Amino acid sequence: MNLLDFVVLIGSLLAIAAYGAWHTRRHRNLSHYLRGDENVGWLTIGISVAATQASAITFISTPGQGYESGLDFVQNYFGMPLALILIAAVFLPIYRRLNVYTAYEYLGHRFDAKTRLLGAALFLLSRGLAAGITIYAPAIILSTVLGWRLDLTIILSGLLVTIYTVTGGSQAVSLTQKYQMTVIFGGMIIAFGILLMKLPASIGDAFTVAGGFKKLEAVSFSFDLHRRYTFWTGLLGGFFLSLSYFGTDQSQVQRYLSGWSLRASRLGLMFNAVLKIPMQFFILLLGVMVFVFYQFEQPPVFFNHAAWQQAVRHDPGGKLQTLQQEFATACAQKEQFIHQWLDAKHAGDAPSETAARSQALAVLDRCNTVRAEARTVMEANDPGVKSNDADYVFVTFILDHLPHGLIGLLIAAFFAAALQSKSAELNALGSTTTIDFYRHLLKHEASDAHYVAASKWFTLFWGLVAIAFALFANLVENLIQAVNIIGSVFYGVVLALFLVALFLKRVGGTAIFWAALAAQTLVFVLYFSLSISYLWYNFIGCAACVLFSLIIQAAIGSNARSAKA
Amino acid sequence: MKSAEHHSKSVESFSDSQDEVTGLPWLCTWRSIYLFVFGSFILWVLLLLALTVSFS
Repeated sequence: MNLLDFVVLIGSLLAIAAYGAWHTRRHRNLSHYLRGDENVGWLTIGISVAATQASAITFISTPGQGYESGLDFVQNYFGMPLALILIAAVFLPIYRRLNVYTAYEYLGHRFDAKTRLLGAALFLLSRGLAAGITIYAPAIILSTVLGWRLDLTIILSGLLVTIYTVTGGSQAVSLTQKYQMTVIFGGMIIAFGILLMKLPASIGDAFTVAGGFKKLEAVSFSFDLHRRYTFWTGLLGGFFLSLSYFGTDQSQVQRYLSGWSLRASRLGLMFNAVLKIPMQFFILLLGVMVFVFYQFEQPPVFFNHAAWQQAVRHDPGGKLQTLQQEFATACAQKEQFIHQWLDAKHAGDAPSETAARSQALAVLDRCNTVRAEARTVMEANDPGVKSNDADYVFVTFILDHLPHGLIGLLIAAFFAAALQSKSAELNALGSTTTIDFYRHLLKHEASDAHYVAASKWFTLFWGLVAIAFALFANLVENLIQAVNIIGSVFYGVVLALFLVALFLKRVGGTAIFWAALAAQTLVFVLYFSLSISYLWYNFIGCAACVLFSLIIQAAIGSNARSAKA
Repeated sequence: MKSAEHHSKSVESFSDSQDEVTGLPWLCTWRSIYLFVFGSFILWVLLLLALTVSFS
């Protein structure tokens, strides 16, 4: 990065944060601080909902996912439009009618105080954990590739978002998200355009190569339970994950309750229902095109340059350098076969095309084997090394192949994405702590000014917790999956609390409370003992909780009847 | 009973809320908007399926 990149990066981030904090510095009351300006329109709500979900991980990690595995991750979002329709039709009118600040207040209305607190506590636990990751994830990647200190990157980005979220509340979150999304999509679209221009092949040939290497398999109807992404896991698991995330996670509920009417909130959700699948497809396709680009350009053996250089320095036998040479030779050979394959295709010579494609696939397998061997050597030399480099693919491409100025814009886009999702999370964590715990348990009657001040202190507290968690985090999974795994472990049960509240009127507070505890324990046990796709835990947690609640309610009813008799 | 009373109010509120106008020129009812969203989902799945089949 040069001076121009730093000017673009720091200028855009500070300008948006400062504008958000300054524009929203005065708050009349608690409603204004927690819900924002009542004149917020549906498009702002829609962008805010999208921005909250699309963290830096989405824009850094998803292209890496596309590079490694192709388009199949898009199936993860198949259940989302259906879930959003259900939320808009059923959940939203109830939240609106009850005029709640948090989703968990509804559980208190429908069941009792302990169930409300359980729902809020599960949210604080899951979102508190994920909050650390949303700061840590971009910081670990960007500090590594840019050579910055990790702790300073975490602290500075964490403090920036905490300051403007504390100062401006919900309105600052929505306002800054709008401009941050503009920077993000501007950067991503320009990067995609430049990538296409840099491809030595036509777009048609790029798709042929990507398809030939099985990177365009977007939909699979396989029933293999161990396969992570299929149409079925996406539709069923994705439906429950989305229903729980958008319907019951306060970081999202707070975003769409900020509208001035039910209409604005609904349209904001429907905007996301239409937008999400194409958006994720576009980001994954970007990763696939980066893969195609590196079929004509020598890729690194390992995309995390800093980790690779350190590993080479501590490799006494020189195995890594041998593997690097072997990898370079294989890549050059593969490129030759790809050219033969495309030439045969243009000439209409089907047998030669098939033969060249098979040879290119065989060499690609050898390249992947060499990469796997290199990772094994790195792990053997240093067991603490992070051997998953998928999250570094897109950043490496940006730094190595995009012009200055645009590098700064893309890095700004990643930080903007980190800040926008972080701010919504902090806002929601502060609101839930204030409304569901502080006001509900400790201070029933106080002025609005008192609760606004309390909310600011709790938001600051969660900001510092997230920074502390990020400073001590150590992740091994691909980052976007780590966030989804944490969500899937908790979301099923939280969703069940709301589904039972809405649709099973015979179940009371005590039954659902103990059912939720039992179901959450079951999910923990299964998670640590099975190896099925994590998306299934959304369904399992939800189904178990609903079933347990019916059984417990029946037992309670039966006992009550026996006592009366 | 608290839960039953609340549930019936929720359902009533849900049916009331369906009458609110969408404010969009071609999609005037919420039912038409939900159908549009569902249709766009089906369209995307079909397009992705076509992409999968075409380049497999």
